[in-house]
Amino acid sequence: MDHALYPNKNRIISAIERGKRLDERGLLKGRKIEVEDVVSKKAEGSARVRIGATEVVVGVKLDLQTPYTDSPDEGTMMVSVELTPLSSPDFEPGPPDIKAIEMARIVDRGIRESEVIDFKQLCVEKGEKVWCVFIDIYSINDDGNLLDASALAAILALRNAVIPKIEEKKVVYGELTSKKLPLRKDLPISTTVYKIGKELVLDPSIEEEKAADARLSVAITLPDNIHAMQKGGPATFTLEEIGKVVGIAFERTKEIKKDLKI
Amino acid sequence: MPYTKRFDGRKFDETRKIEAKVGVIEKADGSAYFAFGDTKAIAAVYGPRTLFPQHLQNPVKGRIRCNYDMMSFSVSERKRPGPGRRGQEISHVTEKALEPAVKLDNFPNCVIEVYILILQANAGTRTAGINAASLALAHAGLPMIDLVSSVSVGKIGGKLCVDLIKEEEDFKEKNGEKSATDIPVAFLPRLGKVSLLQLDGKISSKELSEALEMAQESCNKIYEVQKRTLKEAFKEWK
Repeated sequence: MDHALYPNKNRIISAIERGKRLDERGLLKGRKIEVEDVVSKKAEGSARVRIGATEVVVGVKLDLQTPYTDSPDEGTMMVSVELTPLSSPDFEPGPPDIKAIEMARIVDRGIRESEVIDFKQLCVEKGEKVWCVFIDIYSINDDGNLLDASALAAILALRNAVIPKIEEKKVVYGELTSKKLPLRKDLPISTTVYKIGKELVLDPSIEEEKAADARLSVAITLPDNIHAMQKGGPATFTLEEIGKVVGIAFERTKEIKKDLKI
Repeated sequence: MPYTKRFDGRKFDETRKIEAKVGVIEKADGSAYFAFGDTKAIAAVYGPRTLFPQHLQNPVKGRIRCNYDMMSFSVSERKRPGPGRRGQEISHVTEKALEPAVKLDNFPNCVIEVYILILQANAGTRTAGINAASLALAHAGLPMIDLVSSVSVGKIGGKLCVDLIKEEEDFKEKNGEKSATDIPVAFLPRLGKVSLLQLDGKISSKELSEALEMAQESCNKIYEVQKRTLKEAFKEWK
């Protein structure tokens, strides 16, 4: 965001460039992550993630659909992000804007490209019926870094998702089977590193996020696979900075996987 | 299956045949055509002009508003006209890729409109669009600190390639497993800075940095073509 529109920008940048953050964290230190499994019994899978004061809720719903013609034996998925006006003074009611669309597509690519969902196993009847996995992300409170919170919550919701019962080719909602959604073991973790002034910063608060000029999201599975990346914001990165961001993302992924035991 | 020979016989670090032209749309303030082989894009620039609605105006800086779309008949299966989620995202990242090259502080409260239309698609449409748009911005005579040059790199069946075509993007191993990583990149070539970076697929960190270096080399070549095109167009003004 611009200086003219965000008067605190200069102050935050000069503090960051002296290595200081508003909450006295190190530049590459994330806030505490809290996760909660199953926030809605009606959903096939759900999760809540809090990173500091940032909070998102994700629900997974499954529905039977006809498959795409080019992959008749594979299930499909769709990610949507609702940046609800209750979560920030900056969000307004209405259809998803470009910020929400971009976020949904970043989360989507992380999940899709890491092939964490085994879509072949989501085929019910080849060419006729496959499961479509809807991953719906709602922001509850935006104190910065909604992107990483959303990607993490989406993965956690998929992890506890189960497949509903089918009777006479129709879904019987409410009667969940004990059959888990088929997931691979290596769960992708998405990390976004922000460029504030000349510094790289992890997990910004909303004030810091508004002062950032660029960001780079990296979705990773261990030990050394990058599955999705997206640069955002009007500023640029050098190749050296990109290398650093990738390194930071790997460290962060290891840390999250260890802390959350996933 | 190792990918030893490219489908169209190119070298691994070779782009498709590049065609570039400026001044293709007479009514626009700036315009350009850019093609990577079968992937063809045209771009038009209008402005700077006052930005409406007024609440979007920024009193210290102008803004670039980009609109990317594909013609319905540019792809095998008809694309529904109008912006979808993909188109909106590409418009957005293109905006961000072009923004650092233009001196926007010269145009407070203004907008520079960039329209990109894909005539024919065979992968790499966003990169061709960015190259065309960058030429169109320069052709419009806007103050710029650099051009923007863009190309996609990727890992196809374990091999790093530049400027992917559709068959490469859809490359599958013998066992039917998809084995293609696609990385669209844009550089400000003179400054050596990256203004667009997206990735999907599966690649290690070492391969990523090799791929990005390949992209930079290619972008430098594209930059030379863009410069030549512009110089050619303005020859008479000397």
